[in-house]
Amino acid sequence: MAELKTKDVLFGPILHNNPIALQILGICSALAVTSSVTVSLVMCASVIAVTCASNFAVSLIRKQIPSSIRIIVQMTIIASLVIVVDQFLKAFAYEISKQLSVFVGLIITNCIILGRAEGFAMQNGPWLSFVDGLGNGLGYSLILIVVATFREVLGAGTWMGYTVLPLASEGGFYVPNGLMLLPPSAFFLIGFFIWAVRIWDPDQIEEEEFEMQPHKVREAF
Amino acid sequence: MSQSNDTVSKILIVAVTLSIVFSVIVSGAAVTLRPAQERNEALSTRSNMLAAAGIIEADASNDKVAETFDRFEVLLVEMGTGETVTPETAKAKSAESYDQRRASRDPDISRGLQDDPAGINRQATYRKAFVLKENGSVERVVLPIHGYGLWSTMYGFLALEGDANTVAGLRFYEHGETPGLGAKIQSPDWVAKWKGKKIYEPGNWQNPNFRLIKGGVGENTEGREHKVDALSGATLTSRGVESTINFWLGERGYGPFLARVRNGEI
Repeated sequence: MAELKTKDVLFGPILHNNPIALQILGICSALAVTSSVTVSLVMCASVIAVTCASNFAVSLIRKQIPSSIRIIVQMTIIASLVIVVDQFLKAFAYEISKQLSVFVGLIITNCIILGRAEGFAMQNGPWLSFVDGLGNGLGYSLILIVVATFREVLGAGTWMGYTVLPLASEGGFYVPNGLMLLPPSAFFLIGFFIWAVRIWDPDQIEEEEFEMQPHKVREAF
Repeated sequence: MSQSNDTVSKILIVAVTLSIVFSVIVSGAAVTLRPAQERNEALSTRSNMLAAAGIIEADASNDKVAETFDRFEVLLVEMGTGETVTPETAKAKSAESYDQRRASRDPDISRGLQDDPAGINRQATYRKAFVLKENGSVERVVLPIHGYGLWSTMYGFLALEGDANTVAGLRFYEHGETPGLGAKIQSPDWVAKWKGKKIYEPGNWQNPNFRLIKGGVGENTEGREHKVDALSGATLTSRGVESTINFWLGERGYGPFLARVRNGEI
């Protein structure tokens, strides 16, 4: 494997190899928590903290981990870190932790974190792994914040609680789009985001797995 | 990864060490952060109570909450008799720190319910009541209530005016009802309809017959001051709210206590 540069490890996952847009991981929480920007920011901070710390911890003991129990070891580390983050949120950001409810706990099941621990931290040193965790966390955050911005502005007319589009029900002009507040809207937004990223960087477009036969009309007897 | 890591002893050593290290980290975090979390929970209960009483906004600052809360008196009330008791009787350090959810699981200070309209299974013998007095007369009485809706137990506060009959506010702060339907028990528009309603019919101070009705409460609805619109699409949630109110304000709940408030004994 070629020598990895810190810069590439940090910035690669943000657009070139984004965990959500290219690898399509971590979609569950991207749908669930993006109805408001403030909540998404806290979620992003939590995920960054967990990916960095779990990558670092896994990488530190990677030479000691028996390969037969390596997934369990990684899960133990990740789960413990998630519980610690959850406790911190309950102590210092109580209101937001109530809005995030189970989704902080569900960071455990976020494929990005286990994916990076297994795919990167098991082969690389602690510093690079830490940076890789940070890069992937930031890549995840980028999508979350973009999606949350669209959803909050179009669905509630606000951004981080500040009014952007005054609502018709409060004397303004904007009739909010209720769909934007529901999780499925994030699917569309992530789809558009992936489209935009792939126009910008055509290398990400996968080759077609098969070619369609040209359509022929046959007479049936 | 060398082969030597996959021996049984190495696996056991790694597994045990890892478990010990991370259980210490997790329990350490839980123990050290516990006081801050408890403070948050207490603050959140206080601000919910005050918001139900309609005295402050739900997003008021912490100082405002503490200052306003200090004007309230926290009483422990014996269910069924309406007597106020000391915190020691209820096995608590102070009236505010008394945990009625935990108490309802303690057989000494709670009882199981056979006839259980609110769907709560067990009722704590002593429950909190928050009383605000202005110049010696009762201004607000805020009562914690809970009952089962469609999916979940709904926890809330019901605030009454000084006559212990007129509703000043209602706020459910914890529930798991259907989002968009039953969850509208938290909607400000619906809660606003409760303001000014009367729980008891004059002369019948024991058993309130408050109703959530379908079709809306109009100008001509009979007894409309004892009725509120049910939530559309949430019949069972509405029924749960109705039984919760009638149970907790009835003779097995806060009824006798409210009678004492009306008689000026509190």
